[in-house]
Amino acid sequence: MKDLWELFVTFVKIGCVNFGGGYAMLPLLERELVDKRKWTTMDDLRDYFSIGQCTPGIIALNVSTFIGEKRAGVKGALVATLGFLMGPIAIILAIAAFLTNFAQYEVVQHAFAGIRVCVCVLIIQAVLKLWKKSVVDPITLAMYLAIFALHAFSGWLSVKIPAAVLVITAGILGIVFSRLKNRKAEGGKA
Amino acid sequence: MMKLLQMMLAFFKTGLFSVGGGLATLPFLYEISDTYGWFSHADVADMIAISESTPGAIGINMSTYAGFQTAGVIGGILATLSLAAPSLIIILIIARFLKKFRDNPMVEGAFYGLRPASIAMITAAGINVAKVALVNLSAYAASGQIGDLFIWKAIILGILVFIGQRKLKWSPIVFLAISAVVGIVFRF
Repeated sequence: MKDLWELFVTFVKIGCVNFGGGYAMLPLLERELVDKRKWTTMDDLRDYFSIGQCTPGIIALNVSTFIGEKRAGVKGALVATLGFLMGPIAIILAIAAFLTNFAQYEVVQHAFAGIRVCVCVLIIQAVLKLWKKSVVDPITLAMYLAIFALHAFSGWLSVKIPAAVLVITAGILGIVFSRLKNRKAEGGKA
Repeated sequence: MMKLLQMMLAFFKTGLFSVGGGLATLPFLYEISDTYGWFSHADVADMIAISESTPGAIGINMSTYAGFQTAGVIGGILATLSLAAPSLIIILIIARFLKKFRDNPMVEGAFYGLRPASIAMITAAGINVAKVALVNLSAYAASGQIGDLFIWKAIILGILVFIGQRKLKWSPIVFLAISAVVGIVFRF
């Protein structure tokens, strides 16, 4: 019981200072979980990250679940994940209550209009950063363009293709194309 | 009650299909916005900014916010838990056979396709934000002047922020704060 409580408190703390998400969390987790508490090793942590990245859901959340599971099984996973969510939920509920009351003020509206411009730029930066890792050859470029067109202009088609369908299709095509590519590479060697 | 269930299901789906972290939830959030109207496209853009300035990822924050708007504090909590549930279940399964999962060629192949798909949809989401932030479609429709289509001061700010981010390695929070002040001073 004491262990579970400690797990919970640790992840409440991590959830509260996890700015920027994803890899921004790695140094923080290293300090809290590897150096201070010795709950896991840096190698394991890196594994959790690489898997957390390629499974659905938010990376930071996936890593919390992993470490909780390792410490105390299913119960530990639940406790760590819930702990991690506490801070963000409380903060957003406070902000939502604030926005509901203050959104009509002109100053707030001007501020958010300015902020949206910055958000646009942040998204462009994120795409540029991910581009190098994701669009690596003509096949992935073609997939990028096709999915972009289908998703962005689906409003003009008579049927809108749900994003989930695009994700599943892309996963299947990825398996098929990488098989074909590997076979070709092996054929070339022989 | 019906609305709450509908919302939990929508966020569960978002949690299940958004692969690649943070911004990968955006296409699903826009889809929810279009289908149910619980929040607007501008709300999504604002939530990206709030998520960059507070702990927690955009998906988590948007579900809390939408849940709160629809059904108060309980709604906020339930929507967030629904978003987190699929990854919790999947990680619990994977944790049992960690090594096998990582080295599986099928998994690797799937990600070969999922990565470009994910950023393609993030690009589309970026265009959605740009539609709110950088262009004024109604002014263009009214006047027919191409010059009225673009919000010029917003585009100038955007270019400056872009250059600033490349040159200075400041936290996004700083640029968001500056943009907020510019928005107030120049009456965006």
